Amino acid sequence: MMNNILEVKNLSKEYNDFELKNVSFELPKGMILGFIGENGAGKTTTIKSILNIVNDYTGEINVFGMNNRKNDKAVKEDIGIVLDDMFFPEILNPTDINVIMKDIYVNWDSKLYFKYLKEFSLPTNKQIKAFSKGMRKKLEIATALSHHPKLLILDEPTSGLDPVARNEVIDIFQDFIQNEECSILLSSHITTDLEHIADYIVFINKGEILLSKTRDELLEEYGIVKCTETEFKKINDSDLIRYRKSKYEYEVLVENKKEFNKKYSINTIDKITLEDLMVMMIKGVK
Amino acid sequence: MEIIISNSSGIPIYEQIKEQIKAKIISNELKVNELLPSIRSLAKDLRCSVITTKNAYEELVHEGYVINVPSKGFYVAEINDEVVREELLNKIELLLDEAVRIAKLNSVDKKTILEMINILYEEE
Repeated sequence: MMNNILEVKNLSKEYNDFELKNVSFELPKGMILGFIGENGAGKTTTIKSILNIVNDYTGEINVFGMNNRKNDKAVKEDIGIVLDDMFFPEILNPTDINVIMKDIYVNWDSKLYFKYLKEFSLPTNKQIKAFSKGMRKKLEIATALSHHPKLLILDEPTSGLDPVARNEVIDIFQDFIQNEECSILLSSHITTDLEHIADYIVFINKGEILLSKTRDELLEEYGIVKCTETEFKKINDSDLIRYRKSKYEYEVLVENKKEFNKKYSINTIDKITLEDLMVMMIKGVK
Repeated sequence: MEIIISNSSGIPIYEQIKEQIKAKIISNELKVNELLPSIRSLAKDLRCSVITTKNAYEELVHEGYVINVPSKGFYVAEINDEVVREELLNKIELLLDEAVRIAKLNSVDKKTILEMINILYEEE
């Protein structure tokens, strides 16, 4: 039985000024993976490699248990895609898109598509050029969902959406994985959306995977210790992941706040957010 | 069934879910053999990750409050007084552990602690 919808193994790629270095991760069935990192960290390049849009890479990518390069068509049939840059021509309206998509996807479901349009309050006969950024995003999401994909790959799907719309979209993502066979790869630098619903967090920085853990391991176990210099000096190097010194305090990123507290009895240990984690990992001292 | 999740309490979300379901089982609000919501639907309704609800259910199974029937779902187990007592003792031990830790850190001796417990016990 295949347990992983997606497997990326040792993905490497060199550009003039940028490199992907041995990027590896897995996405099991029925789960949501949050792919986080700064702009330019390698998220989009990784996604485009999975989709076989860029293919001058080394390493191996399997989607639904199949090699993505050898089974390009079969793989793409079952992936719903939302990319950061809108790809629909401006003069089309959502009804035109239905006509086009019917020819592209074998499993295109017009009824489902119009149902999503209605849910998102999108007009069916208005040209896309009159759409706001949020409306365009919703149209892309509706399109991605309407051919019954098994894997959704979403590059920054919530950027440009207001909080209420983001909320609606997240509900739809959680609906999507009610079917245990379906998974979502969601890349974003807006980490709050992922904080609650992502099962796995993969953090990429400068083309390398820095962290790859379950949401619960990261957000319930990791912590940020705030302490004085005297206290800081007592901490073993092996017990800290990163630290930052500010004028009034030391901030220390630790792997397990409970264990740390037991060992050192420093009382100020904050729960972390993905945003804190990203900042500490990138700006903090090793 | 009501489950209230706080994102700022500092208690892990899976633990909040676990403890609240457990309390409902002990109070008999959730009846023996009752089917619990699926991992996925609970995750959706609580807006949390699937792994979080899965962790909560797995711990409930481990502690004997819930039974996992493969490809059917999670059911409330028949709990006996022993399980409940075990749970209570665990809770007390955890709190005492914390008390002893603080005592040791601040060189408060065992005798003083035992005295305190004695006094607390006599109070009604």
